[in-house]
Amino acid sequence: MSATTTHDEHHHDDHGPAKGIMRWITTTNHKDIGTLYLFFALAMLFVGGSMSLVIRAELFQPGLQFVNPDFFNQMTTMHALIMVFGMIMPAFVGFANWMVPMMIGAPDMALPRLNNWSFWILPFAGTMLLSTLFMDGGGPASGWTLYPPLVLQTGNALPFAIFSVHLLGISSIMGAINIIVTIMNMRAPGMSLLKMPLFVWTWLITAYLLIAVMPVLAGGVTMLLTDGFFGTSFFQAAGGGDPVLFQHIFWFFGHPEVYIIILPAFGIVSQIIPTFSRKPLFGHDSMVYATASIAFLSFIVWAHHMFTVGMPLAGQLFFMLSTMLIAVPTGVKVFNWTATMWRGSLSFETPMLFALAFLFLFTIGGFSGLMVAIAPADFQYHDSYFVVAHFHYVLVPGALFGAIAGAYFWLPKWTGHMYNETLGKVHFWLSAIFVNLTFFPQHFVGLAGMPRRIPDYATQFADFNAISSVGAFGFGFSQLLLVYIVIQCVRGGEKATAQVWEGADGLEWTVPSPAPYHTFEEAPTVR
Amino acid sequence: MSKTVRNHTITRVLLVLAGSLLVAGSANAAWEVNMPVGVTDVSQKVFDLHMLIFWVCVVIAVGVFGAMIYCMVAFRKSKGAVPATFSHSTTAEIVWTIVPVLILVAMAVPAAQVLVEIEDTRDTEMTVKITGYQWKWQYEYVGEDVSFYSNLAAGSNRTRQLRSGIDPFQEDNYLLDVDRPLVVPADTKIRYLITSNDVLHAWWMPDFAVKKDAIPGFINEGWFKVNEPGIYRGQCAELCGKDHGFMPVVVRVLPKEEFAVWLAAEQGGEAMASATITQ
Repeated sequence: MSATTTHDEHHHDDHGPAKGIMRWITTTNHKDIGTLYLFFALAMLFVGGSMSLVIRAELFQPGLQFVNPDFFNQMTTMHALIMVFGMIMPAFVGFANWMVPMMIGAPDMALPRLNNWSFWILPFAGTMLLSTLFMDGGGPASGWTLYPPLVLQTGNALPFAIFSVHLLGISSIMGAINIIVTIMNMRAPGMSLLKMPLFVWTWLITAYLLIAVMPVLAGGVTMLLTDGFFGTSFFQAAGGGDPVLFQHIFWFFGHPEVYIIILPAFGIVSQIIPTFSRKPLFGHDSMVYATASIAFLSFIVWAHHMFTVGMPLAGQLFFMLSTMLIAVPTGVKVFNWTATMWRGSLSFETPMLFALAFLFLFTIGGFSGLMVAIAPADFQYHDSYFVVAHFHYVLVPGALFGAIAGAYFWLPKWTGHMYNETLGKVHFWLSAIFVNLTFFPQHFVGLAGMPRRIPDYATQFADFNAISSVGAFGFGFSQLLLVYIVIQCVRGGEKATAQVWEGADGLEWTVPSPAPYHTFEEAPTVR
Repeated sequence: MSKTVRNHTITRVLLVLAGSLLVAGSANAAWEVNMPVGVTDVSQKVFDLHMLIFWVCVVIAVGVFGAMIYCMVAFRKSKGAVPATFSHSTTAEIVWTIVPVLILVAMAVPAAQVLVEIEDTRDTEMTVKITGYQWKWQYEYVGEDVSFYSNLAAGSNRTRQLRSGIDPFQEDNYLLDVDRPLVVPADTKIRYLITSNDVLHAWWMPDFAVKKDAIPGFINEGWFKVNEPGIYRGQCAELCGKDHGFMPVVVRVLPKEEFAVWLAAEQGGEAMASATITQ
């Protein structure tokens, strides 16, 4: 490591990056790869989003107007698979690539060529997954949870869907290894672990979660493959197996997965709120321990997704109690963010608006999460729209707003230009209003008895469904504004300083904007 | 509108909406915002538990969101706020760790009690066996030689076809009606056994607070005891293929004497039918 940092390497930068498409295909630069991940995620936002608009168009009124029920099920399945594996996870990996090396004073990621491969697997796997919609029998229509026996009724698409899940998982695992090795080995002198910014910490913990659970998903879907094609009976009683085994395997992955999704958003918000409060993050060490507690607890709650499978009483009690416990470290984080703002000096630029909306609306998602943790009450909530409302609150105004906040926050650092603040605020208010219009009514129809994953519903659910659909279209089209703002910012705008934001603090704000292609080729000293 | 007024208006609207959750309306009301109280002792307890957790969340939300809104109003740079420099407090961390744990314990105790009651299937007075099919239910009265399928009612089935042009609002109990409902006696602790013939299904009866998965090759067990005769409607609650949304659950609860009459008629009817076939 020291061999590359002892003398002036600036003459290498005179070439700059390669030109044309080959730059992007062969790049091993963490900034380029971060950009690739972020643009890929932005594209997938619209692919997954248009599927949700097919869903909401059909659900606008009772009766079946647009699509047949089987295609509707393909839409709900693919919408989730694309958003989870093709959008939100790659988006946060994009942030990790761009920001982690700079935040720890490292010149790049530890394994740059592995980094390139981690990205380029994604478009290939995503294309293969989307192509299943056009195969005989259509795409998977079992829900993103892929439960057998239903999933084994998928047509020719099944092996392709499973293969793409494998590839998406491999990309995540390789990326996670890269992040851990980088953080553990390449921190600048003086940057002890507890001196690292929260965003780096949350990604370090997320990376361990990824390595622990993605292989479990891979195992589970491989067992689906062998049950389907090679005569095994993992999930069939006739052969001595059990469909519920799959649910255990899936959710042992699936629960940590949702923390994999949200932890980086926690990290981003932990960078933004102190900046625009002009005050250090309250309880930095406590925030690290809380994040680690959430990660640990996330391994022992999985069966709260399975309260109705016929679990023994002791199991239901255990998973109810462990799930309720996660509210404690999560609450600690919410209190710490609030305490950061307390007696600060707040300004409300677009990143702060999205971070504050995150704080409010993720907390609402957290409350409905606490409600579904209560097992006997969950008998009424499970597989209803109440659960759909809960997880969309934590995923959309939670994780997605966290990512959007990060994009506005770091765009000036990446591009060297300030984005259009007025348009940013318009984007914010449209998004915040429409996201609530879309998902808040879903709590009501869920409580009133509307199941999930249905293309048509009883007439008493019509009014709130209509409102939700209007909200969905509004929210979806509002995101076009984000594309415009990003592209406009890349192409030009008011020149950004190195520090960009008055309250900004951290190594990434010590390099110029735009950040040079290679930064920290010589390690900074951290006091 | 200034941010302050806007925030206060939003808070007021949310409180009104939250207040409306105090009332659990009937299952057929549009604009319904809450879970039904239902017609069993268990469903009442589940409703009460749901409301307890809800109000705890509301109280915490008022506190936390109140603090956030206060920060956004009182500590604005544009109003000249100067930032403090404190960045930690061990006391605060301990307090806001311990207090939530205590609140959770207070919630866990009643929750565990209700759960124990739900899982107690002793001393039941009759057993029905429920089998999920793609896409209908089958009901069997164990030991009584009565069994039948329960399909989506013909009217709903016609209306729900893609681009049928028929108005669902003209269809009574659209998607919540069947040709043959499950018929059970009131004031009777009834055990249900549930399984599936093909893929996963789930039998959900919101008015009884009953939801249980139907798993092929396995038999799940539960119970309910309905206090109030009437007709109650629910739906399948586990994705089971294309017509998952079209296999409702309907239970007709009769007073005990009327149920006995109904059951005898069913048995007589079946005996006559099988006698006809053997001739």
